[in-house]
Amino acid sequence: MTDIATYNFAYLDEQTKRMIRRAILKGIAIPGYQVPFASREMPMPYGWGTGGVQVTASIIGPDDVLKVIDQGADDTTNAVSIRAFFKKVANVAVTTETAKATIIQTRHRIPEHPLTSGQVLVYQVPIPEPLRFLEPRETETRKMHALEEYGLMHVKLYEDIARHGRIATTYAYPVKVEGRYVMDPSPTPKFDNPKMHRSPALQLFGAGREKRIYALPPFTDVVSLDFEDHPFEVQTFDQPCALCAAENVYLDEVILDDHGGHMFVCSDTDHCEKRREQGHRGHLAPETPLALEKTEPAQ
Amino acid sequence: MTDEPLLRVSALSKFYGSRVGCENVTFDLWPGEVLAVVGESGSGKTTLLNCLSTRLLPSSGTASYRMRDGQFRELYRMSEAERRFLMRTDWGFVHQNPADGLRMTVSAGANVGERLMAVGDRHYGKIRATAVDWLSRVEIDEDRIDDEPRAFSGGMRQRLQIARNLVTGPRLVFMDEPTGGLDVSVQARLLDLLRGLVTDLGLAAIVVTHDLAVARLLSQRMMVMKDGRVVESGLTDRVLDDPRAPYTQLLVSSILQV
Repeated sequence: MTDIATYNFAYLDEQTKRMIRRAILKGIAIPGYQVPFASREMPMPYGWGTGGVQVTASIIGPDDVLKVIDQGADDTTNAVSIRAFFKKVANVAVTTETAKATIIQTRHRIPEHPLTSGQVLVYQVPIPEPLRFLEPRETETRKMHALEEYGLMHVKLYEDIARHGRIATTYAYPVKVEGRYVMDPSPTPKFDNPKMHRSPALQLFGAGREKRIYALPPFTDVVSLDFEDHPFEVQTFDQPCALCAAENVYLDEVILDDHGGHMFVCSDTDHCEKRREQGHRGHLAPETPLALEKTEPAQ
Repeated sequence: MTDEPLLRVSALSKFYGSRVGCENVTFDLWPGEVLAVVGESGSGKTTLLNCLSTRLLPSSGTASYRMRDGQFRELYRMSEAERRFLMRTDWGFVHQNPADGLRMTVSAGANVGERLMAVGDRHYGKIRATAVDWLSRVEIDEDRIDDEPRAFSGGMRQRLQIARNLVTGPRLVFMDEPTGGLDVSVQARLLDLLRGLVTDLGLAAIVVTHDLAVARLLSQRMMVMKDGRVVESGLTDRVLDDPRAPYTQLLVSSILQV
């Protein structure tokens, strides 16, 4: 007897998947609008990506190739567990390579490798409501979305400039979708905001605890909010990646010792490994390239 | 002055179940006119104000407002989006408790600027310059612009709330006990400020108060309410100096003489 015999394909029952697919379709039809859905209990705690897992479970098929990243990395606990979960309950092929994946579930990053048509990016979202910390009443924020009253969102940016001299929001940076809904891009660094704009991939957002799904169909306009005299800017880094010498990518700071030693490396591990395989060397790269298993075939 | 009123209210009633909030209130408000609504607590003043400002829907009756294009629009037939737009552009609402009308966790500058941003202003420098200008008009020091209203005294909060409401150049302002809870010297300065602003800007205002002195200082006309009904209305000086209804006589004679 195999492990998967005790589960329906992709863990969720067919009625649940149907219900979630309906929510996804509605979300795609109204880009940026938060569609309520009957979020299920998943075999992991809230906050560990239950929304993203339910969305992935509802869209995944036997031929799909799944990649899961957590803050850009394929090898962190959350990513490894979710990848193992789908390998077990859906028996699908998994990969760490962005280009080979058909579905990429992500926690808080968009891969550096450009996404292509036919790929689906599934975001895990903790708090889907961009106005939440400005207006605590859900009844009121829904009304504000319905009536397109978004002055309050700029109040937050105004406060940033008044306090810090610039827009200090660095992640979960609010965007306006197709000139209509203001949307929280999940806590991705604002570095990734421009990648959402007119992306050829389908982008789906699932918030399990908050029971909301929203979506960006391919080639949707996604504009980061700003002021005329304080335009939107992404983070820049003074130095390239210490391992692969990549520039214009999002870097993580890694502490090396307790004497203040640190290095900046690519947050996207797949991108970094690919570059090292191609022979790019950063100033802290080891002499021999690491041999890493790339694609784990389906069992 | 123009020959048409700004607001026409006819037979407005609000019932809470079988209880009367206000009943059969009819009046016209003219541009630049300040109307005081006085009466004891529970007399229906605040219900009336909330109905007029569309924060509450009345049980019956109509109110029409002359929009900037000169057309009268029936308030209770407008869509919620239109009403809310009116509320943050052409109207202001000054609450008795400033905490209800202000965002206590954002700076004074952002409080003043919020309405500007809500109507589409997207230039930080200009928004800030307007905020500085309005803070000085309500006598708040420029260097307090980045402080939260939490750090302000009651009088300052009330002045900030007024600035926040007037920044979009409204034509009609609703005030609910604007001087309530302030000590007399602060009240006096606030009234002085309000009187100046109302005159300078040609605002029309409906001021709900239980304080007859406030009504006398601010308003040209007043309505006296009792148990949800208007018992007397007329020019403020006439009503206060020569009260006709027995209740108004009681009210006027109840003022403490110092």
